[in-house]
Amino acid sequence: MSPHTSRRGLLFGTAAVSAGAFLAGCTSNEVKDDKPAANDQPAAGDKPGKHVTIGFAGPQADHGWLNAINDNAESRAKKYSDVTLEITEGSNDTAAQIGQIETLINKKVDVLVVLPADGKALTQVGLKAMRAGIPVVNLDRVFNTPQAYRCWIGGDNYGMGLNAGHYIGEKLKGKANARVIELAGLDNLELTKQRTQGFDDALKNYPNIKKVARQAADFTVESGQAKMAQLLQAQPEFDALWNHDDDQGVGALRAIQQAGRDDFLMVGGAGALSAFQAIKQDNSVLKATVLYPPTMAASAIDLARALGQGKGVGGLAEYEIPASITLYSAVVDKDNVDRYMPTGFR
Amino acid sequence: MTQPVSPPRDTADKVPAAELPAWRSLVGRVDVRTLSLLGVLAALVLIGGITKPDEFLDTRNLQLVLTQASVIGVVTVGMTFVITSGGIDLSVGAIVALASVWATTVATQEYGFAGILFTAVVVGVGCGLVNGLLIAYGGMVPFIATLAMLASARGLALQITDGRTQIVTVDGILKLGERDSYVLGIPPLVLVFAVVTVIGWLLLNRTTFGRRTVAVGGNAEAARLAGIDVRRQRLYLYLLSGLCCGIAAFLLIILSGSGQNTNGNLYELDAIAAAIIGGTLLTGGRGTITGSVLGVLVFTTITDIFALNNLQSDVQQIAKGAIIVAAVLVQRRTASTT
Repeated sequence: MSPHTSRRGLLFGTAAVSAGAFLAGCTSNEVKDDKPAANDQPAAGDKPGKHVTIGFAGPQADHGWLNAINDNAESRAKKYSDVTLEITEGSNDTAAQIGQIETLINKKVDVLVVLPADGKALTQVGLKAMRAGIPVVNLDRVFNTPQAYRCWIGGDNYGMGLNAGHYIGEKLKGKANARVIELAGLDNLELTKQRTQGFDDALKNYPNIKKVARQAADFTVESGQAKMAQLLQAQPEFDALWNHDDDQGVGALRAIQQAGRDDFLMVGGAGALSAFQAIKQDNSVLKATVLYPPTMAASAIDLARALGQGKGVGGLAEYEIPASITLYSAVVDKDNVDRYMPTGFR
Repeated sequence: MTQPVSPPRDTADKVPAAELPAWRSLVGRVDVRTLSLLGVLAALVLIGGITKPDEFLDTRNLQLVLTQASVIGVVTVGMTFVITSGGIDLSVGAIVALASVWATTVATQEYGFAGILFTAVVVGVGCGLVNGLLIAYGGMVPFIATLAMLASARGLALQITDGRTQIVTVDGILKLGERDSYVLGIPPLVLVFAVVTVIGWLLLNRTTFGRRTVAVGGNAEAARLAGIDVRRQRLYLYLLSGLCCGIAAFLLIILSGSGQNTNGNLYELDAIAAAIIGGTLLTGGRGTITGSVLGVLVFTTITDIFALNNLQSDVQQIAKGAIIVAAVLVQRRTASTT
C-alpha cells in the first residue's frame, strides 16, 4: 500500500482498532440520548418479511472505526432471517470500488449500501445503480448529488466540534481568561475543517475562553504523540484540549504522560473502547469523548431492509424511510460512559 | 579521529595541506557540506530562540527535539549506508510498521521487554535479509525490490493488526519513555540514537566494511575487480538497514506505547531527504553519517519551531520544501568555492 492510499484509508479516521468478536456480540446500539429503551430495536420492526438481498461495499478497513463499520453491518444483517448480505472486499481504490459495485448491480441485489472511499468519485456508479432500479443507501461519505442515493445516513462532523466546544465551555465557565488548544486530525480532509469550524463556533458562546493553539496530526498514534509533545512544549499553561480522534489520542495521552502534565482537561473524539475505559477509570486528563458512532452501519442495514420491503421506519409516522439521517455526536463522560461502553471499538 | 602520519588522502591529492591557511585546512578535513549544514542548524536555532525564547531555549525542548529525532535518526543511519553503496531502501517505513506491530502483538507482550525487543529486531533483520537476497543475488533493482517490500510489509502489518492499535502494557518498556528513566538528563531513546550514530560513523569511516561500501557505490565493477565480493557486501548493507529499522521500531514502541500499522509513515522519504541534505550522494560513492544526523536534526528542529509558533500544516509543508531547497543550494555554493 502506498503512503497515499494509506492516508486515504484513514479518511474519517476515527479511533483505532476494531473488535471483531466483541462487537459482533453487542452491536446495534442506536446512540440517541432520548430513547434508551429503543437501543436494541432495529429501526424497521422485527417481523420477518419479504426476502431482501443487500449489497454492501465499503473502503478498506485499515482503521479501527472502519473495522467497526464492517462489523456493525455484518452482525446486524445476521439478525434478520429475511436478509442476505453480499459484502465486497473493502478497497480504497476508486476504480476497484466502482468495479465491485458494478458487480453487485449485475448480480441484481435488491438494495445497495455504499460507504465510498471517496464520495465524489463514486457518484457516477451510485447514479448507475439508481437508474438500474436498485435503491442506494449512502453511508457517511456523501455522494455529489442526491440523485445518486435514496437515503443518506452518516455522522455529524460539525456537531462533533460543536458539542466538544460546548462541553469544554461549560466546564470552564467560571474561569477567567481560560485557554484551550486543539489537536486536529488530517488537515487535508474536509471533515477535519468541519470539526474545527464547529468547535470554533461553539467557543464563540464563551467570551472568557480563547483558543491559543491548533496543530494537525494524521489520525495515527505516532503523529498524535509527536504533535502533542510539541503542543505541550509550546503551551506551558492551558485549561482544556480537544483532540479530534481517539486513535491519535492514544499517542497524545502518551505524550501528556511523558511530559508529566495533568493540569488540564482533555476531550476526545470518535468513541474508541480505550477512551471509554480511560474515562471510566478517571485517572488521566481524558474526561470525555464526542461520538462519531459506527453503529450507523447497522442502521444502514435496517434502512436497506425497510427499503427492500417497502416499509417505513418503526416509531415514525412516515410510510417511507427518510431521505437523510444525521447521527448525533453525543458527549460521553464519566456519568454516561457505561451506557456507551458496548459501542466502543478497538 | 585523526590519522597521525598523513592528512586524509583525498585532501592530500588535491592540495598539500601546508599551503592552505589554517582554517581552510581545517575546513577541508571536516567537510564543507557538514559545516554548511551546521550553519543551517545554527540559523534555525537562532530563529527558534528569537521567535520563542522561553519555550525553544529550554532543556525540555532540547530533550524533546532529540527524542523525536531518535526514531527517524536510527533509520537514516542505515539508509546512509545503503545510499552510499548506490542503492536505495524504500521499505524502511513499512519495515518499522511491521516490526512494531509484530513486536506488540498480544503473544509477544507475554514475553515482556526482551520478547518485544527481540521480535522487533528479528523482524527488521528478516525484512532486510529478503531485500538483500532479492537485490544482491536475485539481480533485482533496489528501487523495485524495496518497493515490493514496502507494499507487502505494510499489507502484512495491516493483516496482523486488523487495523487496530496494539497498546503496550509491558511496564518496563513504558517506563523507558518517561522522565524517571533519563540518564543525566538524556532520554534513553537519545542514548540509543547516539550509540547507533557512533557505531555507524566508525563502521563507515574506520573499517574495511565502510571502505567496501564506498567502493561498491563508486564503481561496482571496479570494486569487483579489486576483489570485493560485491553481492555479499550488498546483502550486508540491506541487512544493516533492516536492523536499524528494527531498532527504530523498538524506539517507536517506547515513544508511542503502541504498535500500529500506520507507524513509520513516509519514513523512507524523510530518511532519504536527510541523507541527501547531509551530503550523501544519491548516485553512491560518498556518504557521511555526521551529515545525515545533522540532516535529521535540521528537519526535527524545523518541525519544532513550527509547532512552537503554532504554524498550520499547509504553511509548514511549504516552508519545509523551501528550506530543503535552500539547504541544498547553500551546500552547492559552499562546496564549489572550495
